[in-house]
Amino acid sequence: MTVTATTASGEGLAPPSVSVWRGYRFELVKLLAQWWVRILIGLCWIGPAVAVIVVSGQNSLPADTLFGRQMHATGWAGALVVLSFAGSWFFPLLTPVIAGDVFSAEDRLGTWSHLLVAVRSPRRIFLAKALASLTVLLMCLPGLAVSGIIGGLVVGSRPLIGLDGHPLSPAEAAGTLLLAWLCALVPVLAFAAIGLLASVIFGRSPIGLLLLAFGGLGMLLASQVLPMPAAVRVALPSFAFLSWNGLFTSPPQLGSLIAGIAVSLAWAATATALAYVIFMRRDFTSPANDGSVRRAITLGILPLLAVWVLSAGVVAAATGATGSGIDAGKLQRSLATSFGHLYVVQSQEVYHLSVTAAQLRTTASCAKGQGLVAQDGPGNDWRCSVYWHLPGVSNATGQAVYQLDVSPNGRYVADGDGPNQVNGYFVLRAPYGDAPNPLWQFDGLVDLLGPASKG
Amino acid sequence: MLTDDILSKSRTVRAQGLTKCFGDVVALDGVDLDAEAGQIHGIVGPNGAGKTTLLGILLGLAAADSGTLEVLGVPVGRALAAPDGVAGFVDGPGLYPALTARGNLAALAALRGPGARTAGVDEVLQQVGLTDVADDRVRGFSLGMRQRLGLAAALITKPRLLVLDEPANGLDPAGKRHVHNTLVRLAADGATIILSSHRMDDLAAMCSEVTILATGRVVFSGPLNKLAGENRELDYRLRTSDTGAARRVAAETDGISVVDDAGPRPDPEVIVVRALVSDLDELVPRLVRADIAVRELAPVTSPLESAFLALTDQQERESSR
Repeated sequence: MTVTATTASGEGLAPPSVSVWRGYRFELVKLLAQWWVRILIGLCWIGPAVAVIVVSGQNSLPADTLFGRQMHATGWAGALVVLSFAGSWFFPLLTPVIAGDVFSAEDRLGTWSHLLVAVRSPRRIFLAKALASLTVLLMCLPGLAVSGIIGGLVVGSRPLIGLDGHPLSPAEAAGTLLLAWLCALVPVLAFAAIGLLASVIFGRSPIGLLLLAFGGLGMLLASQVLPMPAAVRVALPSFAFLSWNGLFTSPPQLGSLIAGIAVSLAWAATATALAYVIFMRRDFTSPANDGSVRRAITLGILPLLAVWVLSAGVVAAATGATGSGIDAGKLQRSLATSFGHLYVVQSQEVYHLSVTAAQLRTTASCAKGQGLVAQDGPGNDWRCSVYWHLPGVSNATGQAVYQLDVSPNGRYVADGDGPNQVNGYFVLRAPYGDAPNPLWQFDGLVDLLGPASKG
Repeated sequence: MLTDDILSKSRTVRAQGLTKCFGDVVALDGVDLDAEAGQIHGIVGPNGAGKTTLLGILLGLAAADSGTLEVLGVPVGRALAAPDGVAGFVDGPGLYPALTARGNLAALAALRGPGARTAGVDEVLQQVGLTDVADDRVRGFSLGMRQRLGLAAALITKPRLLVLDEPANGLDPAGKRHVHNTLVRLAADGATIILSSHRMDDLAAMCSEVTILATGRVVFSGPLNKLAGENRELDYRLRTSDTGAARRVAAETDGISVVDDAGPRPDPEVIVVRALVSDLDELVPRLVRADIAVRELAPVTSPLESAFLALTDQQERESSR
C-alpha cells in the first residue's frame, strides 16, 4: 500500500476503543437473545436429570453405553451415562456448530461492517467472539454434569462398580465423576476451536456446517470403531471424550487420559491460531464470505491433519504403542482383575461370605479366533477362561469361561459362558432390589497405551 | 495562509487521488472528494461505479491502495483507523433480528462504554420515528423500518461524519420524511453527511453538493445548481391555457424547440419544450404577452438525473473505446 498519510491538522480524535470485555458482553447479549441458544442451555440443565430418572425406571437399560447396565443399581451410573452419551454425540457434533455460529451468524446477517465500524479491531472482535462462544458452552457443560448428578441422586446414591470390578463408594464415585467432567472439558475446547476455524473459513456457506457434522462424526467413528493403531486413535481429540474411562479403574489408566488431554490441547491451540490468522486477513469490504474448498483444504484440513500425524508420532514415540493396543496379555490381566473384584461382590450378596480379591489369586487365559488368527486387536471372537482359588478349600481351583466383545477403543463386554452357578444369568437380592448376577455380564477396559505383553 | 487553515479545519473529509483495486478490477481510480462540516453530500453513480467502495473507505472498513485521506482532521492510512465520530453503514444496516429495536441500540451504546459520546436510545428512536415499535424484535421489521433503525444505530454515536449507503431504500413517504428531517437537522447541527442513492429526487431535495462517479472516476463534483447550469438543454413540460398558441410562440422563440415525443401518455394540454434555462426566461414573458396563461412549467427529468445520465453515458462511451 502506498497511501500517503497527510499531516494531522490538529483535531486528533483517536479511533474509538472498545475493550474485549465490552465486546464480549455485546456478543453474549446477541447469543443469549437467540431462542435456540436459550433452549439449548435449558435442555442441558433439565434434560439429563429427566433422562436419568426415566431410563433408570425402565426394565431395559442402555447396556451398550458404558455404565448403562448399572443404572438400576446406582444413580452414579446414570450420571456417567450422561457423560458417556455427551462425549459420544453431543460434544463432537454440536460443540463446533455452537462455537462456530458466532462468526457465521455475522455473515448470514450481513453485519460485519456494522460490527467493525463499532469495534474497529478484528483482533478484539475475534477474542470477544471466541470467549462468548466458550461461555455458552460452559453454561451447557456444568448443566449436563449437575443435572445428571441430580437425576442420579434421585435414583439413589449407592456404590458404583468400576471398570475393573472394584466398588467405589458414593463419595469416590462423585469425586471421580467430577474429575471426568473436567477432563471432558479439554476436548470440548478442541471441538469448539474446530468450529471457529470452519466458520471463519466458510462464513455463511452451509458447507461449513456439513463439514463440521461429517468431521465430528468421522472423528467419532475413528476414535471408537474404525481399526487403526492405538497411537493414531489417541491422537484424535474425540478420543479424549472416552479417555476418562481410565479413571474408573484401580490404579487409574492415566497414560491414555494424559495423552488425550495433551492431544486435545494441541488441536485446540492449532485450530484457534489458524482461525485467528484467517480472520485477521479477511477482507471485510466483501459483503459475502462463502469460503472456498481450496482454502478449506489448505488452511483448515491440511494443518489439522498435520497435527493429527504429529500427535500420533509423539504418542507412539513416548509410549511405544505401535499396534492396536489390545492383546491377549492385557485382556487376561484386565479380565482376571475384574473377575476377582466382582467375585467378592457376588460372594457377599449371594453367600454373605467375606473374601478378598487377593485370596482368589485369579488368572485368565484368552485366545482370539480359537487361536487361528493373530492374538491381538479388537473383535468379538475373544474367548477367555478364568481361574481362581476357592477360598477355604485347599488346592481347589475354579474355572469360568467368558466370551469377550472387545471394541477398538479398549472397552470390552465380558459375557459369562458357564458354569451357570458362577457366571450364568440369575437374579440375586441386592440392597436396592433384584439384580442380575454381577459376574454374568460386565464392562471392562484395556489400557491401549499400557505396556504390551511379552510373547 | 490563515484562510487555508480555516478551510482545512471546516473540512470533514479530504480525499485526494484515492485508488482501490480488487484484483484486476479498478474500483476507484484517482477519486478526489471534499466535504465540509454541515454539508449533505450525495454520491451518485451507476451500479459498479465504486460508490460503496468509497463509502467503505470513508467508514474505515478498507484502506485505499494509494492516495491521501483525511477524516475529521486525522490522516487515515490503513483500515479501521477512522477516528471517533465517524458512523454509518454500507450494504444495508447491521442489525440483530433476535434483539428488539431498543435492544439493538442499547447493546451498541453499551459497547461504546459509559465514557463515550452517546445519544439516548429513546431520543434516537424518536428521531427516526420508531418509538412505537421500540420493544418489537427486529425480525419482524420491514426493510424501511430496518433502514430507519440502522440510521438510529449510527445516530446513537453522535457522529460528526455520517456515511450512509442507500439510506432511503424501502422507505415509505412517512419514513422518508423522518429520515430527511433527521439528516437535515443533523447537518444543521454541524455534522457532515455523505450518502449514496439511486433516487435523484431524494438527493436533489437534501444535498447541497454531489459527486458523480462512473467506472471508478469522478465525472462531476460540486454544487447541484452548478450541475444544472452546466447541463446543456433540458426537456420541460409546459401546460398552458391554449396549447396550440403556446406551441406557436415556443416555436418562434430563439433557443426553444418543441419536442413532439411527449412521453408514453401524451397529455393534449401539455407540450414538451427543449431549452436552456436562459431561453426559458425568454419564453415565459412571451407567453404572458400573448395572453396565454402558464399553468405548469417543470423539467421532465430532474437536472441531476439528466446530468447523471448524460455524464455517465459519456464516461461509459469513453471507457469502452
